[in-house]
Amino acid sequence: MSIPHITSLVIFLPLAGAGLTLLARSDRAVRWVALGTTVAAFLLSLGLFAAFDASPELGGTPQLVDKVAWFPESVDIKYFVGVDGLSLLLVMLTTLLGPIVVLSSWHYINKRRQGYYTLLLILQTGVTGVFCAFDVFLFYVFFELTLIPMYFIIGVWGGPRRIYAAVKFVLFTLTGSLLMLVGILYLGYAAGDAVNGGVFTTDWYKLLAFDAPASLQAWLFPVFALAFAVKVPVFPLHTWLPDAHVEAPTGGSVILAGTLLKMGTYGLVRFCLPFFPHAAYDYALPFAILATIGIIYGALVSRVQSDAKKLVAYSSISHLGFVVLGIFAFTTEAMQGALIQMVNHGLSTGALFLLLGMLYERRHTREMDDFGGIARTVPVLTFFMVFSVLASAGLPGLNGFVGEFMILLGAFQSDLIGHPVLIAAAASGVILAAVYLLWMVYKTFFGPLDKEANRTLRDMTGREIALMIPLVVLMFVLGFAPNRFLQKSEPATQFLLDSIREKRMAAEDARPAQDAARFFGHASPASDSKSPQAVSEPNN
Amino acid sequence: METDLIRFYDALPGDVLATLPLTLVAAAGVWLVVRDAFGSSLRELAWTSGAALAVGILFEATRLDTEAGTAFYGMVRTGGYASFVNIVILSGGLLTVALSPSYWRRTGQEYGEIYTLILFATVGMMVLGSANHMAAAFIGLETMSVALYVMAGLLRDNEGSAESALKYFLLGAFATGFFLYGIALMYGSTGTMYIPEMAAGLAESGRVALFRAGAALLLIGFFFKVGAAPFHMWTPDVYQGAPTTMAGYMSTTSKAAAFGALILILRDIASVDDWSPLFALVATATMVLGNLLAVAQSNVKRMLAYSSIAHGGYILVALTAGGVAAWSGALYYLLAYTLMNIGAFGVMAFLEWDGKAGQEQTLDSLTGVGLRKPLVGVAMGCFMFSLAGFPPFGGFLGKYAVFAPAVAAGYAWLVVIGVLASVVSAFYYLRVLYVFFMRSPESAPESAPPDAAFSSPLALRIVLVSCAAALLVLGVAPGLLGVIRGFF
Repeated sequence: MSIPHITSLVIFLPLAGAGLTLLARSDRAVRWVALGTTVAAFLLSLGLFAAFDASPELGGTPQLVDKVAWFPESVDIKYFVGVDGLSLLLVMLTTLLGPIVVLSSWHYINKRRQGYYTLLLILQTGVTGVFCAFDVFLFYVFFELTLIPMYFIIGVWGGPRRIYAAVKFVLFTLTGSLLMLVGILYLGYAAGDAVNGGVFTTDWYKLLAFDAPASLQAWLFPVFALAFAVKVPVFPLHTWLPDAHVEAPTGGSVILAGTLLKMGTYGLVRFCLPFFPHAAYDYALPFAILATIGIIYGALVSRVQSDAKKLVAYSSISHLGFVVLGIFAFTTEAMQGALIQMVNHGLSTGALFLLLGMLYERRHTREMDDFGGIARTVPVLTFFMVFSVLASAGLPGLNGFVGEFMILLGAFQSDLIGHPVLIAAAASGVILAAVYLLWMVYKTFFGPLDKEANRTLRDMTGREIALMIPLVVLMFVLGFAPNRFLQKSEPATQFLLDSIREKRMAAEDARPAQDAARFFGHASPASDSKSPQAVSEPNN
Repeated sequence: METDLIRFYDALPGDVLATLPLTLVAAAGVWLVVRDAFGSSLRELAWTSGAALAVGILFEATRLDTEAGTAFYGMVRTGGYASFVNIVILSGGLLTVALSPSYWRRTGQEYGEIYTLILFATVGMMVLGSANHMAAAFIGLETMSVALYVMAGLLRDNEGSAESALKYFLLGAFATGFFLYGIALMYGSTGTMYIPEMAAGLAESGRVALFRAGAALLLIGFFFKVGAAPFHMWTPDVYQGAPTTMAGYMSTTSKAAAFGALILILRDIASVDDWSPLFALVATATMVLGNLLAVAQSNVKRMLAYSSIAHGGYILVALTAGGVAAWSGALYYLLAYTLMNIGAFGVMAFLEWDGKAGQEQTLDSLTGVGLRKPLVGVAMGCFMFSLAGFPPFGGFLGKYAVFAPAVAAGYAWLVVIGVLASVVSAFYYLRVLYVFFMRSPESAPESAPPDAAFSSPLALRIVLVSCAAALLVLGVAPGLLGVIRGFF
């Protein structure tokens, strides 16, 4: 609270940095400006983390809010940003990856640096804004804003098929998000009539207070969910992802995997579930099945890749399948697991992309057959790789385990999707992950050192070690002491599930209470006593 | 009669003052004809016309918040709505005048009448856009059209330009016939030419069928002028053949003028006649055809022509919805569209002289321009993203402003078609950008070596930067929407 407008500062500091990079005269200055602003944004976001109050009664309240009028008064669209438990960790992840990506691009990007870092900074503003926006229209603006820099980052600095990948990335996302815009407009008018005196509104809390009729939810939910499912991506909408990941430069891949994909899962949690609870219940099973297919499909396709980067790209589909599964379980454990898994995936997959990028810088290839036995020439890199792979594969004690375990546990308890076959199938994804990731490590780092070019590989430089250390430390911390982070999101998760439950209750009024209780499963019975006050707090 | 005349002279100073931009620009046009005949320098003509347009903009800007009124016996409107439409038209004119000298110098066909024609066309558009009387609308339309026909053919020894002018003239004259006949029938059924009184006149006479027939013919005339399907066929040929700066001018300001008049006509007859279903149909066809055909173009000017058809379709979505929010959204869109389209055509006009390749104006010939000319490239990036409707540019908020009221009015299906059409449009706009930025010149073997001495003129840079900056402002600060709503 000590710094005024801290949330807006965290969002817009990178944009200011982008303005500075445009003025910078040399490549050197550009890089230092980019590094400086991203580090400053990260330090500011630490203030955000410190100031955030995770007490249960604040679960439904955005904190560190900036709220000013934006549109003329005939519509209720505001500049409304803040953080709550759902967004805090993702904001932190975004600001953390900022300087890491800048550092990783230090030499990797060697042409048109000014443009690259400017776009990177604009991108960070867009992503941070997405996680902080409490106005759906503002969210949409930030959501779309991320497309422009990413299009250029893939298209200008990417690999051989970069143009195809960039255009595909934009068109896929755009199709989903423009349809969502129609949905937002429709929802805004409907909610405006119901709860805002006839004035169009996109305020998150007013939309939350609006209990949309089931018939409306039945088509608005798919419209919103499509936009986010493309972004996640949920099978079968994933086809843009391998292209984009493989063609993007390392920094682009890290941002894409680390934060951009999370905009999809975050959108599901933030908008689809609370706005359309009835429809979300109806669609829970189909989504869980798609998620499980994604888990297994992603894993199997990863196993057969010869390109290590492609392997990691497909593994993202698999890992995010877990997140989607957790979201649609509607239990506290699974939801919490999904939130923490978003962060985990950002850390571990980000780390994998960074390390593969370092290898690519040295050998200009990503084919696993071109490597082999390089553990002897690059021991430090091997250590980091093995660590990240184990985290990604869900080794107990490291971060991946916590998220996947909670998701599977919560999903199993869920009455909606808790079918043993489904959960068993999803759980097999954990084993498969170990298979393809360890196979990748084995093929690349161990075995005979039979290629001449691999004998002279340079190990990691100080800069590279420095950028990996925060990630590795966090993987360890999140694995060993997840509660420190989980408790930040717990109240908000609780609030969200309670508000969903309350809307469901209202709909199920006619049925006996017992019946409803059975319907909502065992999700944290402790919360029932405190929910109503928390729910009715905002904007009344 | 005599008292009429006296009253006319009494009102004259007030009327002239109220319509100062109109009279000023008209007077400047006449003055330019005289000066040109006596051999003034082209530089002087350009500056004079630019000054007249700039003064007009400043004057109208001060009158945006004044009460709307009429002048010259209720022939034209003043203040508020009319001021805004005039600002859009005058800005389009000013930007075109600024782009013109360097463009025409390079064609080697620099004539003084370029500026005269811009001024006269602007006068016609302003009369049309602020018409309160059907006769004024017709006079404005014709003044504008005749000037535009000549403009299209200004590249005298260029076949494409001549073809463009002739096509425009023949089809335009035909459409004008529809327009005039429509006015006649509407007069016959309502007994008045004053647009605001038509509804009352129709209620009195009750000749609805005749009125509908007249309105339908009038709409055909309007649809032709704004290039709405199925009356859009002329647009690509005309824009492709016309001098590029002029194509930018006619594709934007003439739409602003025609839509400016159409919105008020629709508003004033809304109580007696509802044309929404027809507009929905036309909007659908226009958006779909414009965008799909644009994808197939390899010539960028022609692609922009089809895209401007599509943008007319988005505005028609707002007219379908009707109501204050929709109409003000349409005006907002017109402003953003004018800035981004003139900017895009400005870039193309500049590139036309980029070695031999530039003149082809095909996608392949533009390879790597953005990397060689970063300022032009970045500006083009802004225009393309704005045209595609990406935030944070004016095109995005414009689309919001026309689509949101349509959703509220129950035309969600039309908006869905609109956004899907926008996805298609994103494909071809992004294609321009990847050619600009992502293809390196080496990989395009046929392209002629870039002209080393090819530098961007200061005026061009100012125009591009100010258009892009204005689009950014329009994209993040929607305060103007509130101002526009106040006009109704």
